[in-house]
Amino acid sequence: MRITCPLCGPRDRREFYYYGSEDYLTRPEGEDWDAIDAHLHLRNNPAGRVRDLWYHDMGCTSWLVVTRDTVTHEVFGAALVADGGVSISAKMKSKGGAA
Amino acid sequence: MRYSGLKVITEGLFGNKGWKPMWRDPAPKAEYDAIIIGGGGHGLATAYYLAKNHGLTNIAVLEKGHIGSGNIGRNTTIVRANYFLPGNSEFYSQSLKLWEGMEADLNYNVMHSQRGLINLFHSDGQRDAFVRRGNAMINQGDDAILLDREGVREHLPYLDFEQTRFPIYGGLLHPRGGTARHDAVAWGYARGADMRGVDLIQNCEVTGIDIEGGRVVGVQTTRGAIKARKVGMVVAGRSGQVAAMAGMRLPIESHVLQAFVTEGLKPVIDHVVSFGMGHFYISQSDKGGLVFGGDIDFYASYASRGNLPMVEHVMEAGMTLMPMIGRAKVLRSWGGIMDMTPDGSPIIDKTPVEGLFVDAGWNYGGFKAVPASGWCMAHLMATGEGHENARKFRLDRFKTGHLLDEEGTGSQHNLH
Repeated sequence: MRITCPLCGPRDRREFYYYGSEDYLTRPEGEDWDAIDAHLHLRNNPAGRVRDLWYHDMGCTSWLVVTRDTVTHEVFGAALVADGGVSISAKMKSKGGAA
Repeated sequence: MRYSGLKVITEGLFGNKGWKPMWRDPAPKAEYDAIIIGGGGHGLATAYYLAKNHGLTNIAVLEKGHIGSGNIGRNTTIVRANYFLPGNSEFYSQSLKLWEGMEADLNYNVMHSQRGLINLFHSDGQRDAFVRRGNAMINQGDDAILLDREGVREHLPYLDFEQTRFPIYGGLLHPRGGTARHDAVAWGYARGADMRGVDLIQNCEVTGIDIEGGRVVGVQTTRGAIKARKVGMVVAGRSGQVAAMAGMRLPIESHVLQAFVTEGLKPVIDHVVSFGMGHFYISQSDKGGLVFGGDIDFYASYASRGNLPMVEHVMEAGMTLMPMIGRAKVLRSWGGIMDMTPDGSPIIDKTPVEGLFVDAGWNYGGFKAVPASGWCMAHLMATGEGHENARKFRLDRFKTGHLLDEEGTGSQHNLH
């Protein structure tokens, strides 16, 4: 599996640390425990296309949102959290998507 | 199909033509008292104990493939009770006792071999942790013996004790730990459940869960609708997708765990050996193959195959620990899909939907848990009350903060 880092280009999977689902990007505000539980623990966990967070540990140390397929291991693309990741998840939020 | 020594001899004399299928192949009925989704080890054990312990026999096990075709048919077969935390300790202790009585109970040879399990340690701090774990195991009524370096050498003379990275300081021996024949466990429970009247329905994939007024009333399947007032989801590896049919999200992320088998060799490794610092464990099957594995690949996956970095890592760890295996040829490898929970411990609990129960989140330790999981899940489904030994395997424990983090690695799905 190779991931194309927006800054470094195509790199071996070993350079990256997998953190988890992009659910981590939408941190709930306030003290709604159900929302915090969902944010930290509950997952849609789909078999197919996902967006998840990877850290380019042994490269540029950027946080990335990687779009890939959990069944085929195909990687479709990666975007910087600093650029696109947050705004994309914010778009989901405004549509009433996953918390 | 019943077995006896006499039957084996007479069949041997007449060409083994009289053996019959071990269980029926019934069509689904329109309604059952209870349905178990998933015909793997845990689902079959649940059905068996529902029938045996609770007298519930109008039940069906629905399996999308054939019996035993999931993780119960592909794992590294280790059976042990060396847990530390209250909640895990008594559960796995009960499971090991059930393993020890399983062959007599099922009248089925599951080739349970208590060859001893040795967890190695490589520092003073790790030794202290193992002393504490060993004491917890003894307090639970199980067995543990602390071995120093020379003690380990008596059992495992072939290890590289002086390796520069992780020199071996000693090990914790769990004499009652060992292995079993994975397929036979599924077959034994399937036969036992079938003999008690349970319908094992194969090639029957559940496509929907019917809920009316907050209560489960049945399931939709590829072989038609089936009614039931009690439904158990026992589908580790696919738990998220089945739960989604009931509108639930689970605290589970699916990950791939790889394992490897070499060509058959003469007996060379007599124990189960685990090398935690290198993420490596190994045993030798009765056919002679070395069966070994390591850690998960660390990213969410349903691929049933892993990537090469973990293959390389596992091979390196094996060569670091026991250079003698370097000439053995790997015959095959595979990846299994694991329900990873944020604390590494499983879930056996009710759900917010009345009559719907969940047995999931076995991470990569589900095999040894098969009998106790079935026992406790059957208790829960029959009585509506959680079994004492599974009282901490709560679905809501992440929200309430009552985690069971055996390894102390933190609340993230891929850390366990």
